[in-house]
Amino acid sequence: MSSTLLEVRGIVKRFPGVLALDGVNFDLREGEVHTLLGENGAGKTTLMNIIFGLYRADEGEILFKGKRVHIRSPYHALQLGIGMVQQHFTLVPSFTVAENIALGTRDTPSRVAAKIRGISEEYGLEVDPHAKVWQLSVGERQRVEIIKLLYAGARVVILDEPTAVLTPQETEALFKAVRKMTSRGTGVIFISHKLNEVMEISSRVTVLRKGKVIGTLERGEFDQNKLARMMVGREVVMEIEREKARPGELVIKVEDVHARSDKGHIALNGISLEIRAGEILGIAGVAGNGQRELAEVITGLRRVESGKIEFLGKDLTNTSVIDRILAGIAYIPQDRKGIALSPNLSVAENLFLRRKEKKVWFNKREIFGHARRYIEEYKIKTPSPATAVKYLSGGNMQKVVIAREFSLDPRLIIAVHPTRGLDVASMEFVYRSLIKARDKGVAILLLAGELYEIFNLSDRVGVIYEGKIVGYTTPDPTPENIEKIGLMMAGVAV
Amino acid sequence: MNVEGLLSASIRYGTPLLFATVGEIITERSGVLNLGLEGLMLMGAFTGFVTAYSTGNLWLAFTLSLVVGALFALIHAFMSITLRVNQVVSGLALTMLGSGLSGILGRAYVGRPAVMFQPVAIPGLEKIPVIGPAFFKQDPLVYVGYVLTFFLAWFIFKTKAGLTLRAVGEEPAAADARGVNVFWVRYLATLVGGALTAAGGAYLSLAATSMWMENMSAGRGWIAIALVIFAAWDPLKAMLGSYLFGFIMSLQFRLQATGEVHVSANLLLMLPYLVTLVSMVLFSINESFRKRIGAPSALGVPYSREEKT
Repeated sequence: MSSTLLEVRGIVKRFPGVLALDGVNFDLREGEVHTLLGENGAGKTTLMNIIFGLYRADEGEILFKGKRVHIRSPYHALQLGIGMVQQHFTLVPSFTVAENIALGTRDTPSRVAAKIRGISEEYGLEVDPHAKVWQLSVGERQRVEIIKLLYAGARVVILDEPTAVLTPQETEALFKAVRKMTSRGTGVIFISHKLNEVMEISSRVTVLRKGKVIGTLERGEFDQNKLARMMVGREVVMEIEREKARPGELVIKVEDVHARSDKGHIALNGISLEIRAGEILGIAGVAGNGQRELAEVITGLRRVESGKIEFLGKDLTNTSVIDRILAGIAYIPQDRKGIALSPNLSVAENLFLRRKEKKVWFNKREIFGHARRYIEEYKIKTPSPATAVKYLSGGNMQKVVIAREFSLDPRLIIAVHPTRGLDVASMEFVYRSLIKARDKGVAILLLAGELYEIFNLSDRVGVIYEGKIVGYTTPDPTPENIEKIGLMMAGVAV
Repeated sequence: MNVEGLLSASIRYGTPLLFATVGEIITERSGVLNLGLEGLMLMGAFTGFVTAYSTGNLWLAFTLSLVVGALFALIHAFMSITLRVNQVVSGLALTMLGSGLSGILGRAYVGRPAVMFQPVAIPGLEKIPVIGPAFFKQDPLVYVGYVLTFFLAWFIFKTKAGLTLRAVGEEPAAADARGVNVFWVRYLATLVGGALTAAGGAYLSLAATSMWMENMSAGRGWIAIALVIFAAWDPLKAMLGSYLFGFIMSLQFRLQATGEVHVSANLLLMLPYLVTLVSMVLFSINESFRKRIGAPSALGVPYSREEKT
């Protein structure tokens, strides 16, 4: 039996209007991967932020190597030997890798660079110490974060949803590095809600739900179904039952559209597609092949350089965003907090941000009443309609977005990664909402990174590669079809 | 018109700008935007003058203006770092407070002459034709400006402490995670920046003239804010920019004095601001340039660990 590195007892943390953690116990042994599993808003990240010294617990105690500690700051945590790779990386983009790691240490960047090479080799975490961080891919930045912790000699490494931003190959490499760490006695806390990964890497799993520990299971005691049940508290239906689509009139026609990305590169290179009423067109593709730009040219957020966009027979090319909203185009963007919602405004105000309202004056009672209807209808979990949206969990934020966009009675919905970062229950909600809209005759363009999402929802599947649709297929998850999509995604003509 | 005289005057006009600009560069590099430069300069000028007037000790006067500048900047630091109020508002308040306070307190001193710094030639260097007399036959504060600029450039870009300062201004969360005390660094940077800015003001009443006038900084604080952008947060470029503006100012006075060119004085007085605007437009138009100069990412953004955004 290896010894306990870290133990927390009876942790309570309150945020305005929310009890985030309610008497949580958790421990980590040497050389194990202890997974913290839970839905969005279950309190996983909050608990880790307390251990890492970012938040102060309202009640409870933390023991490190058997001794009671008061962790005052992330730096103090790191001095003790507790390090965390947060979801939002804490790197300075304009600095080099070595400069980032030298920051806060006594070493100069040049001395650090040599040590980085050693760590890179030992753990298989390849990175160029002299590269500027802004030039690195997300996967590489994550490696820098991990090297930073190993450099500081961390004995406890917390990885907060590390695979959310990684490709399958990068995930594989990360898991290899994690195994190297545990073989040297480091304890790893792994936060995730991807069950297959949890099954692969964990020695133990603790499930959190609504700020409470539901249970801690040893390897061998858990399987995917059991964990999913513990996580959401009921059986998850991921196979969404739905009827065959009955496509109606042509809603949107994109013809030979060219557009540039923010950096000025050609992002859409003569893309064409058509979607009819009552069908969902899923677009598969490796991220960065023009998905975002496609959504933006249709919603009017990006200029079309050449080509044509027709909506219900009318030419909408380069018309204003508001014209398109009024015409019936709804948008569920990838970036909930930045584009879809205004984080500091209340739930009620965000729900009211609809441009169909022609009123100059509005009274509070009216928008609150309006908000309460949606909160009830869409089961948005919020302490009150007056709560700022930023205090809601990801799933509930998405519900606010969906409630608002659907309330416009759209003819076309553009959904970009609509379930990214959401837990299983919220995911299911989003799926059901989209299919309900489809059955009412809405045309839906789905841009998703995960293939299962495409398969779950689409009636037709298109594959985007370098700003063009390279082919269409059916949404059948057969091995042959998956291979076909994979080849098209990789730019191989089929 | 003699070139030596013009260059020499350019340096003298440029020096107060230089102090204020490098001061603000330090402050902004830590992520704090201080628009209170005008107020700080006036407080510095006033403190310097009163001390020189009553003690006759110029170096004591200069030192005290540094201290008062730091204390005055402490107001801004407390407001923007601890209370996290809007930095623009706090900075503007500081400007108004500084000009008002120095105006009231200084009423009794208007028009009274005090002592002032005299030029000291640097042996050897002053013999270089044209450049010698212009750059090396100046008052001691000009030399302080030279040393300070090179020191700060080295400090910001070549030292570990400079790395920490820049990290705090770019990604405070990253610096915090590395054990850097973001609050302390920002306080220190704001105080040092305030002290240097006040020193720029003190130059006006201790070296450029030997008297006190209400609002004698005459908008130099605002020019310094523009110069920070012009200099891309680099002290060496700030030196170039300050002396360039000094040149414009002295040229304007010469043109007026000689009467060779018949241009409205108001138009000439407008010149520095016009150049400021034009340079900012030019910098902003060129996208690749804007990206390269890169303002500190966290400039003007208060830092709080638990704040959700």
